[in-house]
Amino acid sequence: MTDNKQTSLPVLNNMTRRTAIKAVGATLGAAAFAKAISPIVEWAGANTSMDEMLQRHYKELSPGDMDDVIKRLEEDTRDRYGAEVRISDPKPLPGVKFAYALNLSVCIGCRRCAQACHEENNHDRPSHNSYIRVLEMTKGGIDLEKGNADYDHPVRQEDKFYMPVQCQQCDNPPCVSVCPVEATWKEDDGIVVVDYNWCIGCRYCEAACPYHARRFNWTKPEVPAEEINTNQGYLSNRIRPQGVMEKCTFCLHRTREGRMPACLEACPTGARVFGNILDPDSDIRWVLQNKRVFVLKEELGTKPQFFYFFDK
Amino acid sequence: MNGKPTIPTRIRWLLGLMVLAVAAGVVASAALESEPADTAPVGDESPAPALFPVTIHRPEGPPTIDTGHLDEMGRPIVANCTTCHTTKAPNPRISGGHELQDFHQGLVTNHGGRTCLSCHNPQGYNQLRLADGKPVEFKDVMMLCAQCHGTQYRDYQHGAHGGMTGHWDLTRGPRARNNCIDCHDPHAPQYPQVMPVLRPNDRFLRTPGAHDSDTHDSEDAHD
Repeated sequence: MTDNKQTSLPVLNNMTRRTAIKAVGATLGAAAFAKAISPIVEWAGANTSMDEMLQRHYKELSPGDMDDVIKRLEEDTRDRYGAEVRISDPKPLPGVKFAYALNLSVCIGCRRCAQACHEENNHDRPSHNSYIRVLEMTKGGIDLEKGNADYDHPVRQEDKFYMPVQCQQCDNPPCVSVCPVEATWKEDDGIVVVDYNWCIGCRYCEAACPYHARRFNWTKPEVPAEEINTNQGYLSNRIRPQGVMEKCTFCLHRTREGRMPACLEACPTGARVFGNILDPDSDIRWVLQNKRVFVLKEELGTKPQFFYFFDK
Repeated sequence: MNGKPTIPTRIRWLLGLMVLAVAAGVVASAALESEPADTAPVGDESPAPALFPVTIHRPEGPPTIDTGHLDEMGRPIVANCTTCHTTKAPNPRISGGHELQDFHQGLVTNHGGRTCLSCHNPQGYNQLRLADGKPVEFKDVMMLCAQCHGTQYRDYQHGAHGGMTGHWDLTRGPRARNNCIDCHDPHAPQYPQVMPVLRPNDRFLRTPGAHDSDTHDSEDAHD
């Protein structure tokens, strides 16, 4: 024992057969692992780096890890889209739970909210993608199946009303329960988010959502460099990779900094009311307390945090 | 043990210092306590953060009318209301431009059969007037609207009517709001019809043949 103690410091001098085999094994192992996953990397295409493949889940990233991830994503955006963007990762604000209300008596169906969403959230341009789908419905019933989102005539039509539908940020979100890899979850401020780098693109959540609020990136999103919104959030409007799900986040990169969502600011009639449902003096609380609000498909028990109301 | 008990000088000093220290502590703590009380509203435990303002867009003043003429510098000549209306007798029965011969012919009115003088002040055309005859400035036009449209005004005050931009959280930034006549033409207040923007073009909503550059419909049919 005493002899070992004296000679134990210089490792190289103390090399045993066991240590040597361990080193060789580790080297071979790393090489074998790289070789083994190389088909996946090749399949994912030249645009997927090894760092991206090995990135951990959002909730397991340390602040330092996140800094690296954001740096990589910003560089990727520069390489792939030619735009200098700033990606942030704003956290839920303490004491804040977001809710949204929409006045169907005032909405005229102009789809400006959908367009604002399209631009704010760096959506694919050719598909006119947006997290908001405005349904034109005949007065007298609220059957979403009969809503027409493809109308193309002057609005508002006298016999119609218009119902914008986006993610309802359910308190009991079926899309979250079905995700096999926990790539989507509900944050403390009520927003259901997706880690686009963890999503495997199985589209279970899209099928589970009763509001058809989730979108799938069938192709690499096409956005001209000059149209890219450079103020981006990791969990919200950064440009999504091909093959992953995406959804409305109430513009968390804006709302977690105290600003209004883009769709609200774009609404020319003021049909939208947004705020902190935990603040008893907020506008959203006044609406919930004084208007006859309802939620979509209440019978499903999803507990939406998006409310609709009529003035009369 | 005759006479009063004597306290050694050193201890007397010590006692004096202690009294001074306690007094200083009381003063200091009182000062610390009173400091936040200056900024906090009465009855509020935590100091309320200063709120950013909510700015309501307002008309700058009475409107003007373009005479169609240019001055020597090439600028349009505009006329104030009083330029003409000081010399013309008010006619309380007029309810729209179609009844006039000289001015305002193109003015379409569709506002529940009101006459011009329901809102415009014949005693001073640079002002409006309320239903009870009290004058109201053009920049305060919302008070005029509110006397009939009280439910809308109530909703407006609670952020449930009328467009806005800025911050939901006024501790972090300001908010800007429209006023009634930013969106509603006061002479024909119904919101006009508009063409919708950004027609959906995704694979679920695309009607075959309905849109141009639509060549992949058969390919997409299996999705």
